[in-house]
Amino acid sequence: MAWAGKILRVNLTDGTVKSEALNMQWARDYIGSRGLGSKYLVEEVDAKVDPLSPENKIIWATGPLTGTMASTGGRYTVITKSPLTGAIACSNSGGYWGAELKMAGWDMIIFEGKSPKPVYLYVNDDVAELRDAAHLWGKSVFQTEEIIKKTHQDPLMRISSIGKAGENQVLFAAVVNDLHRAAGRSGVGAVAGSKNLKAIAVRGTKGVGNIRDPKAFMQVTFEKKKILAENAVTGQGLPAYGTQVLMNVINEVGALPTRNHRDVQFEGAKDISAEAMKTPRKTDGKTHLVTNQACFGCTIACGRISKIDETHFTVVNKPEYWGASGGLEYEAAWALGAANGVNDLECLQYVNVLCNEEGIDPISFGATVGAVMELYELGVLTKEQIGIEAPFGSAKALAFLAEETVNGRGFGKEIGQGAKRLTAKYGRPELAMHSKGQEFPAYDGRAIQGIGLAYATSNRGGCHLRGYTIASEVLGIPVKTDPTESEGKPELVKAFQDATAAFDSSGLCIFTSFAWSLPDLAPQLAAACDDGYTTEELAKIGERIWNMERDFNNRAGFTAKDDTLPKRLLEEACKTGPSKGKVNELAKMLPKYYEVRGWNPDGTLKPETRARLGL
Amino acid sequence: MTHHVILGAGPAGVIAAETIRKHAPQDAITIVGDEPEPPYSRMAIPYLLAGNIAEAGTHLRHAPDHFERQRITVRRGRAVSIDTVEREVALEGGERLGFDRLLIATGSRPVKPPVPGIDSPGVHTCWTLDDARHIMQLATKGARVLQMGAGFIGCIIMEALATRGVKLTVVEMGDRMVPRMMGPTAGGMIKAWCESKGITVRTGARVEAIEAEAPLSARLSTGERVAADLVINATGVKPAIGFLEGSVIALGVGVLTDARMQTNVPGIYAAGDCAEAFDALTGKTVVSAIQPNAAEQARIAALNMVGQCASLRQVTQINVLDTLGMISTSFGNWQGVTGGEHVELTDETLGRHLSLQFKDDVLIGANSVGWTDQVGVLRGLVEGRVHLGPWKDELLRDPTLLSKAYLGAAQAQGQWVSAADARRR
Amino acid sequence: MQKVLHIDAGKCTGCLQCEMACSYENYQVFAPSKSRIKVFDFHATGKKVPYTCTQCDEAWCLHACPVEAITVDKATGAKVVSEATCVGCKVCTIACPFGTVNYVQETGKVQKCDLCGGEPACTEACPTGAITYIDANWTGLGRMAEWANKLGNQPVAN
Repeated sequence: MAWAGKILRVNLTDGTVKSEALNMQWARDYIGSRGLGSKYLVEEVDAKVDPLSPENKIIWATGPLTGTMASTGGRYTVITKSPLTGAIACSNSGGYWGAELKMAGWDMIIFEGKSPKPVYLYVNDDVAELRDAAHLWGKSVFQTEEIIKKTHQDPLMRISSIGKAGENQVLFAAVVNDLHRAAGRSGVGAVAGSKNLKAIAVRGTKGVGNIRDPKAFMQVTFEKKKILAENAVTGQGLPAYGTQVLMNVINEVGALPTRNHRDVQFEGAKDISAEAMKTPRKTDGKTHLVTNQACFGCTIACGRISKIDETHFTVVNKPEYWGASGGLEYEAAWALGAANGVNDLECLQYVNVLCNEEGIDPISFGATVGAVMELYELGVLTKEQIGIEAPFGSAKALAFLAEETVNGRGFGKEIGQGAKRLTAKYGRPELAMHSKGQEFPAYDGRAIQGIGLAYATSNRGGCHLRGYTIASEVLGIPVKTDPTESEGKPELVKAFQDATAAFDSSGLCIFTSFAWSLPDLAPQLAAACDDGYTTEELAKIGERIWNMERDFNNRAGFTAKDDTLPKRLLEEACKTGPSKGKVNELAKMLPKYYEVRGWNPDGTLKPETRARLGL
Repeated sequence: MTHHVILGAGPAGVIAAETIRKHAPQDAITIVGDEPEPPYSRMAIPYLLAGNIAEAGTHLRHAPDHFERQRITVRRGRAVSIDTVEREVALEGGERLGFDRLLIATGSRPVKPPVPGIDSPGVHTCWTLDDARHIMQLATKGARVLQMGAGFIGCIIMEALATRGVKLTVVEMGDRMVPRMMGPTAGGMIKAWCESKGITVRTGARVEAIEAEAPLSARLSTGERVAADLVINATGVKPAIGFLEGSVIALGVGVLTDARMQTNVPGIYAAGDCAEAFDALTGKTVVSAIQPNAAEQARIAALNMVGQCASLRQVTQINVLDTLGMISTSFGNWQGVTGGEHVELTDETLGRHLSLQFKDDVLIGANSVGWTDQVGVLRGLVEGRVHLGPWKDELLRDPTLLSKAYLGAAQAQGQWVSAADARRR
Repeated sequence: MQKVLHIDAGKCTGCLQCEMACSYENYQVFAPSKSRIKVFDFHATGKKVPYTCTQCDEAWCLHACPVEAITVDKATGAKVVSEATCVGCKVCTIACPFGTVNYVQETGKVQKCDLCGGEPACTEACPTGAITYIDANWTGLGRMAEWANKLGNQPVAN
């Protein structure tokens, strides 16, 4: 067991909220969270639907291990059809919200239709009601959380909401919970905004109790936590430095995309690194980093809590930004920093806080600004159009564009369309660093071959979290592979993609996989849910989930030609670093990838693959 | 060997006796109670009425030989007067009991309003176990019950009566329910809540006469007539100190004491509901008929009775009430003071309410409805007289942050320390 | 020698493993809302503060109880609520100035930390050593003072 066994179905059009039994067969076959939520989506939503239309649905889903004592059991996912990519979107978040929903007795919430006016969903155990959100519309995530908690007189309520960006349907708007944890990618916040859905406020007091074998579960989760504690990455590196531990590492291997992927090493990397966050500032003698922070149930605690220098130009006279807040994580630090050539740590944190405050994805935002800065340097865009001089390296431009974007003003509206649409509008589509419309994260696909293939084949567009081959290609987890070598990468990518799908569906955090692999996850799921969850079964379920997502995208109109990378990654070689002279060898890898996936050359699933996976 | 006589076998009497025993192993201790049962708690009576506990569940101490083992004599008797010169208590029946130290802990008694027919059969107070037995006999399923008074005691027995399935009408003179514990908003919420539970509530009304027919018939000031099988008089209580009238012991509403709980007669102390103790905070004397206060005053009195020096920091004024599942609290000066600041947050549909009163940067009082988590910190803030500093503005902005304000202000400041700190207790 | 819970807020990451362990120990369910130890999150300073009963010597809650439902566990010194005896009057919840005795709606009784009979589940679950169970070699006063100093939640802090 460990599933609550119940889901909430909310019809926003007619304002009804219904409880329905969880489909236990699907739960068994797709586990939960990403897999199970996606199963519901693909069954219920026409793949060709306009993502921002009432016909699209959006699902908040927990996994069976969400809300348990298994380490990192605080995850949930938001699943919908993405307005940024047109592909299936599944954005994962931590914090406390997911566990709270589970504690209230619900595995997931499915939203359908479109509310005629702004609403939020209030869930207090069995009570689930839509409430008027007129007073919340136009408010930031931070304000929304505060107002709702105060209104319900419940400081322990957990809130997942959208900021102004989601309301304005910025195509990379995020859903944010617990102030600074986000289902960040693919514009899930815009879908919520398109439905006039402002927030979900949850209080759960029932807890999670129906563990299949409680004694075995306590024992196995205790043992697995020990593995995390004793592992160098999860036990030392991540708690001490956060994901930012990667900044200098990735820069050294020449895989830190810089200035819209023109370069692969950033001279300012050290200024925006984990080490910089822990170095006392010249201005006030304090460190940027205040503390690390865990999400619910997490024994790793990689989260960063920082304070901006109060004298910094971005926040001087803005005391509301002087308190501690979430960030910087590596991907955000990269996207806001290296991708734009900006090495001003305080500015990056300011922009990062804005991203949380109004709910946008800092990766897509930063990468889009990177494209804008390149267009500016090429003379395609002018100061008048942008509203500021925007050369690479300009912290002022970065901060200005962030303010414009989150508030839906001026050129910010164009940035809010993402790099693919913006560059296309100005006639330079090749300058958008994306796949399937979603901007790349912080690893260069030329310097690291596997991650390039992972980007090209990711079911949600450019993304590192669908198959984090960096673990193998850079960190040597579970085995070291040569990042410059494309041979063997199709198999590696597939294995990572499938395993990740299983981890994501459990309700646990993918970061555990720095120390764990499927044989560590399986006994925890088995003790909690179903003793049929063996390592082999999880690998198969992961593969099933991957193919289900792919199948949805195919039906949505994606074909093999969308499994690609920008010209820059395929033709412009790395200028420096250990991969100097390399481009991504996608053409060599892709056919093999299709082969190991059991797909036709056009990227569709072979019938025998469907049959093998029960699709 | 010093002989301590304690008049009253309620919580104050028992806690004082135990405290004396702890600090003076050789002294003689006698508790005099005027009811036949072993020392029990009136506060537990609602739970007896509701059928949650048996009579034994109301007993203050459960071990049958508790008082014997503590070498505390518990005897029945009712004091009729005190000879402060001869140091003797005169008991009903003529017996005289000598003492070296005396604690008056006689508690309070229900007041009897001057209503014609108040002594009719079928009209009962709800104060003693004996009262409870009568009420249980009459408050059967479907019985019509008229309750006079919706103060603290009236409200707390309502759930028990509702559980028993009676048809209940409540008449309260004040303009709202629990008017001496909760402000208008909260009082109104409690009234609406009770009405939603099927109870007829008349506020701003009183019973003018009771006609001793069967059934009883009460005439209200509103002109309404209410038929009842049982009338419960819960119009209030007052200190049970009638036997002290004419003695040299100074009386106000209750027995006046200093901060060490001593009366104007050396060696004679008072504690609990019957005491009107000096409140160092306001410089006034206050009667506060609540269990935590009784316990605290009894401890202070007992320590002084055995020759230690201990003072009451202040007269605790806190209360918690469960009215048919709606839980409300009051702390300190919940009405506020002139020149103070006030913040209030109410959601009637959720049944939640928070009202905080400040003077300067100190929380001086509070009311809450629907709050159960960490409500004790309100006492910590009020009685600790904690300087909230910047937390005051935080609370004015969002009063729901009270637990954090307590942790942030009180504990970081370290003013309210643990009970082990002798300076505090 | 009796032991006490020692809380070092500076080590707390806010993972709530302690809250889950507590609720699991007492109710066989993972439910922070039922936990007797609570982690408070101070966003503005980034501080997390685990908070529970300090088992004070002359316990307010114990003296406030009208029916002797709160007693001292001789082995651990913990002030323990007897659910069988508690009538649910809630007076202890307002008497405790630390706010660490709380009413539980479902049971109709109050609950507080009882040190799990000498093996506190929260200490075993805490991954960072923020909650430890150690010899009581300092007084309650020193314990609170230490706690207070570690707290540092004044907005001016840092």
